[in-house]
Amino acid sequence: MQKCIKNGPLAQLLNAKKAYPVRPEPWKGPPTVSYRKMFRNQYDTDVTTWSPAGRLFQVEYAMEAVKQGSAAIGLRSKTHIVLGCVNKANSELSSHQKKIFKVDDHIGVAIAGLTADGRVLSRYMRNECINYSFTYESPLPVGRLVVQLADKAQVCTQRSWKRPYGVGLLVAGLDESGAHLYYNCPSGNYFEYQAFAIGSRSQAAKTYLERKFENFTDASRDDLVKDALMAIRETLQGETLKSSVCTIAVVGVGEPFHILDQGTVQQMIDAFEIVGEQEGPAAEPDAAAGQEASAEPEQGAAAGEGVAPMDI
Amino acid sequence: MNFMASKQPENSLLGPEADSQRTLYPYVTGTSVVALKYKDGILMAADMGGSYGSTLRYKSVERMKPIGKHSLLGASGEISDFQEILRYLDELILYDNMWDDGNSLGPKEVHNYLTRVMYNRRNKFNPLWNSLVLGGVKNGQKYLGTVSMIGVNFEDNHVATGFGNHLARPILRQEWHENLSYEDGVRLLEKCMRVLLYRDRSAINKLQIAKITEEGMTISQPYSLKTYWEFSAFANPAQGAVGTW
Repeated sequence: MQKCIKNGPLAQLLNAKKAYPVRPEPWKGPPTVSYRKMFRNQYDTDVTTWSPAGRLFQVEYAMEAVKQGSAAIGLRSKTHIVLGCVNKANSELSSHQKKIFKVDDHIGVAIAGLTADGRVLSRYMRNECINYSFTYESPLPVGRLVVQLADKAQVCTQRSWKRPYGVGLLVAGLDESGAHLYYNCPSGNYFEYQAFAIGSRSQAAKTYLERKFENFTDASRDDLVKDALMAIRETLQGETLKSSVCTIAVVGVGEPFHILDQGTVQQMIDAFEIVGEQEGPAAEPDAAAGQEASAEPEQGAAAGEGVAPMDI
Repeated sequence: MNFMASKQPENSLLGPEADSQRTLYPYVTGTSVVALKYKDGILMAADMGGSYGSTLRYKSVERMKPIGKHSLLGASGEISDFQEILRYLDELILYDNMWDDGNSLGPKEVHNYLTRVMYNRRNKFNPLWNSLVLGGVKNGQKYLGTVSMIGVNFEDNHVATGFGNHLARPILRQEWHENLSYEDGVRLLEKCMRVLLYRDRSAINKLQIAKITEEGMTISQPYSLKTYWEFSAFANPAQGAVGTW
């Protein structure tokens, strides 16, 4: 607009020397910052907008929310699956956030991210299981529940009036085909795992699990719980592991899904002598993992650089 | 939805059913189905008759059908309702296969699904006029159950529908035992079917026997049972009571 007025005939009229004294230009207000400096990317306003690089930024931001949540881990053997999570209360006065939910006798889920979203999805899963049980008098196969959950998450990535669920779910379940551990993303993807960790400082737990996972298939139930506790300890980064900061749940052959009570967990921690620094080498992987964790948010911030998290 | 209801002319031939959109009576019916568990799986027998009231109208009706990989369904009662049930199950099995994930609906699941269907229809006063027998084997587990048109369902080692309840089950209770061989199982079923042939007027002498095991389902070609009508009591039934017929 300025340009037109500068050069056009109207401008000449306006800019011509006036016969009368001219008021100074009205004050246009303080200089404003461009909107584009507020948001990281240009194409992230809603979930139904693609970026030129073929990414959906809203979905990726939802996955960031998962990374910010407190850690949750899962691991499985041929006959058992163990879920564990770090439970931090806001203050000494409040109770812990519930992060592990029983979905049915044979399925349980641990969440990381927006726990409200996780609660709502758990209710959906419980509903699906109970409806299937009622119609077929048989437990819902875990693989099918996980696909239904993933399809539900996908819908939220393709509607302009919705937002993706900001929660990652570790689904542990037992069915005819054996013990299963799945991870459901906000993107609508799901993967099956031998062991996995999600949430903040989960890389430390993942490193530990990567070292040990080959033994998991034939491990006993108690060894599996011990490994879960060790993995949780990794995410605590030096803090003492006690039953008040973590929750453990188990499901297995002949053992319906249930959360272990505080007393049992503390006994196991004491029995395995997990509290305190055990191995020297353990300190180094932790330090490296700490650096990696802080580098992650930076990678995500660089627009257009790095692999899109959904592609992993 | 008014345009969808059939318009009955004033002088309708339908009589009391004129304004009913629900099942009131069966028309073409099949008679008893008998089934038992044996060593390797389930054996089921049914004749091939479809009666239209007291007329033995259709003589090649297959009243037993395989369902999915693991189950076998036999039905007595209204044949058209049986065909409708087969359509429901076809859709159920189709969706089950579409998951393509190594899980499959076994006989227990199909039986419970059918129970839900039958019971819900009964609650709407619009039943599927059938008594169903569902048998199968999955992962070495044998399963045999039954559902009636009012949704009564149970599992047992041997079941029968219709007249079979009164004539076949006493024989089965007496002579069934665990781990029957295939030959013994067939012999036992044939004994039940012979009694039904003598005493049930809607039975015809053309039956099939179906077998389902872990390997799969086979159904025999139709065949007839040998009967003996020369019992002296049948020869002159009025002997002991002059004037009777």
